[in-house]
Amino acid sequence: MRAGGEDFEFEPADLVRAYIITKGRELPDEQQLSLITLVTATPEEGRRLNRLTPEEQRLLDICSAGYLSVAEVAGHTRLPLGVVRIVLASLTESGHLMTRPPVPRARNADKELLEEVLNGLHRKFG
Amino acid sequence: MGSTASSGDRRGLTTDAYVADGATQTAVKILVVGHFAVGKTTFIGSISEIEPLSTEETMTQAAEAVDDLKGVRGKTTTTVALDFGRLTLSDRVVLYLFGTPGQTRFVQMWEDMARGALGALILVDPERLADSFPVIDLIEQYGLDYAIAVNHFDGNPERAERALREALDLLDETPVVTCDARNEQSSAAALTTLVRYLLDRAS
Repeated sequence: MRAGGEDFEFEPADLVRAYIITKGRELPDEQQLSLITLVTATPEEGRRLNRLTPEEQRLLDICSAGYLSVAEVAGHTRLPLGVVRIVLASLTESGHLMTRPPVPRARNADKELLEEVLNGLHRKFG
Repeated sequence: MGSTASSGDRRGLTTDAYVADGATQTAVKILVVGHFAVGKTTFIGSISEIEPLSTEETMTQAAEAVDDLKGVRGKTTTTVALDFGRLTLSDRVVLYLFGTPGQTRFVQMWEDMARGALGALILVDPERLADSFPVIDLIEQYGLDYAIAVNHFDGNPERAERALREALDLLDETPVVTCDARNEQSSAAALTTLVRYLLDRAS
């Protein structure tokens, strides 16, 4: 974005750090890693053997005990959402994570989902 | 409720922090919106199965600087916090509730939030009705169906509801419920009203 870096002193410290964490990569496709896309670690045999950055390792560890939404990973790690999405995308690309994106919206699918949501609320709260 | 959010812990999350049947579930979301301090976080906290989490996004505040060319050079950024909670509703569906601030200037965030949302519950304080106008405009702009949850009605509730419908220019079919955001049952009832309405609209 900024070629010369002459404005560097105006950048807040955390923004600079975020750039280092993401290695300057861009935001992944929103459909693939939306706020409510569920992510979890893959079994180890399918993974590419690349060295992970400390943040990649940290996010992978958090995802290793079950499914979490992208928003939850950000909430638990207290990293900015944009940074989390980029690091998770990189982990997905290298085969360390698998993702379950939400179903695309369609009228019929919505109706079924909404019925399920309504029944679930009744079961839970009476 | 046993999730520990300590950022230093690598494996500091207890099992109930995770989506129970994540391998089979689809995630859906509903927005809980309203003006500042109307009770969005309280609402989410009262029915979420996890301790509500917060994620921060750094935003560029473009809208306010547009008219002031000198201001554009030092583009200001601000941080918006999104509070959210989770409800596992079946082995097929997990529902996320996102508390979304009503400021119109966070366009990118609103697009992210609105995309794929089932609908929105708009929390309204009848004593600060004017503060709700921009929020309702935004929800309509993104084409989301919504219900109104009012924190209280003073005096005659029927007359108060009629006045509120008129003031907010609501469609006749838009549900209006009273809701004490601190109370689990009351919050759940408001959410149920919204979902029943969304289902009617989808049928």
